[in-house]
Amino acid sequence: MSNDIFVLAEHFKGQVADITYEMTGKARQLATALGGQTVGVLLGNDMATLAASIGADRVLYVNDPALTHFNPEAYGRVLHALIQKHNPRVMMIGSTSMGMDLAAALSITTGLPLIAYVTALDVEEGTLVATSQIYGGKIQAEAIPDGEACIISCLAGAFPAEAGRVETGQRAVETIPSPVPLDDLRVRFVQLIEPAGGDVDITQQAILVSIGRGISGAENVELAQELAEALGGAVSASRPVTDAGWLPKTRQVGKSGLTVKPKVYLALGISGAPEHLEGMRNSELIIAINTDPKAPIFDVAHYGATCDMLDLMPALTEAIKARQAA
Amino acid sequence: MNIIVPIKQVPNLTDELEINDEGTDLAHDMVQYVLNEFDEHALEEAVLIKESVGGTVTVIGVDTTGELDGILHLALAKGADKAMKITGDFMPGTPSHVQAQLIADAIRTLAPDIVLTGVQAADDRDGQIGPMLAAHLNLPYVGVVTGVSITDGQAIVHKEYAGGVMAEFIVALPMVVGVQAAHRPPRYAPVSKIRQIAKTARIEALAGVETAQAGSTVRRMFKPEAAGHAEMWDGTPDEIAEKIADLLAEKGLLKRTL
Repeated sequence: MSNDIFVLAEHFKGQVADITYEMTGKARQLATALGGQTVGVLLGNDMATLAASIGADRVLYVNDPALTHFNPEAYGRVLHALIQKHNPRVMMIGSTSMGMDLAAALSITTGLPLIAYVTALDVEEGTLVATSQIYGGKIQAEAIPDGEACIISCLAGAFPAEAGRVETGQRAVETIPSPVPLDDLRVRFVQLIEPAGGDVDITQQAILVSIGRGISGAENVELAQELAEALGGAVSASRPVTDAGWLPKTRQVGKSGLTVKPKVYLALGISGAPEHLEGMRNSELIIAINTDPKAPIFDVAHYGATCDMLDLMPALTEAIKARQAA
Repeated sequence: MNIIVPIKQVPNLTDELEINDEGTDLAHDMVQYVLNEFDEHALEEAVLIKESVGGTVTVIGVDTTGELDGILHLALAKGADKAMKITGDFMPGTPSHVQAQLIADAIRTLAPDIVLTGVQAADDRDGQIGPMLAAHLNLPYVGVVTGVSITDGQAIVHKEYAGGVMAEFIVALPMVVGVQAAHRPPRYAPVSKIRQIAKTARIEALAGVETAQAGSTVRRMFKPEAAGHAEMWDGTPDEIAEKIADLLAEKGLLKRTL
């Protein structure tokens, strides 16, 4: 085993995803403490420029047409072979839509431990200590891998991306063909499907009235729309609302939706799961209404109140209209 | 179509969770266990597939609490045809690695055409069950999926990326799917129906032999300290509405109507 810290570089539509920089920054710190190198692992096709932009000591660039688009099976096979060959101390993978297809499977195929949903990662006297955020963000668990090598899946936003963008160290890009055959894949990428156009772009709104589970039913969405109209903003939502089909997917804020940064974010009936907070925590002014005083949304909100959003919405629409007419 | 739905029991997150005296785990005896919400979506997607192309839906879980029957009855009421539980000396909070190994051992001989499970669970500290099952069974896996359709022995799956973009994959069956959301909201099962099923349902029990381990050891579990907290307003909804309107007006965020 080496003391090298491997980072799976994630990319989408020709761009390196932020999670990559977040992880390479942290990897550098770990590599320094453990006396290893940082190694960026990039899987793609015709991406030499991208390979050169990854701030690691070395970049292993696996160039193969089968890797043009993310394919969980192809990625899984290649990463398995690379881990077997290089025996890194730590394999860092994002806890993202792509990374969540890979890390747990690799843990089984390589026999390496996996610590998931990691928000803090340090070396204490030569031992890796990883903190997972679990139970909907309500609990943190600080754990030590059994044995030295392990896979770590890192939550987006856990580490600063700036640290990974810094261009330090000597970067050598080693371009290699796929170490395993990729011509018999059972998973075949067909196409990317863009969200239906024509809807409001919630990332461009100054004011968002964002609704969660507390909206209780499709029939109440109109109350939020009236409030958003009075404010000159738009209605957005947390995942349960779009999953239920009460609003289109294009209105979803959070991990699998959009990241927003409006002047005002009114969080109504949203408990504040980590996946949601990830998409809105940098809003300029956050006002949260939730019946549960312990809802995590109050930890990121500037102002809050515990009342029923269904009572509040019409009252607030009236109060806004009264001030605008005055 | 032989459809298998592995499920997990997870703590009800609307309750307050407490840490044990050692500070290394939840105080599990204080916890109410419910069906993982993503598994509920996996079950719905499974039942939708059955309704579209025919087949049977078998729901299976590791009984980590001694109370899995209630959850299996719920699953049967929501459209599963068969229910199986893996029994043994298992504790609440049994790691994903162990549950995945037990479930893989149990379903290997069932020759599933498709396995649908929740993309994640609130207690997946050591990773998610779906990709682990796929690795154990040497089947392809796609997760974060919001819709599956079956044609000609293949599955067309839609995987969700950020920003509402989706990737479409065609996957040869058998496969394992990690469901983020069913393409329709999970159906509701009336309590009367669940009670009826509880009286008549047969749950097949299998003795499980634990061979896997979590692979890491929790040395400290704690509640995160919030970096900040909202300034809380008291009052009736009308009073709170006034406070919000005042604040927005003060910040110059209310446009005047003419």
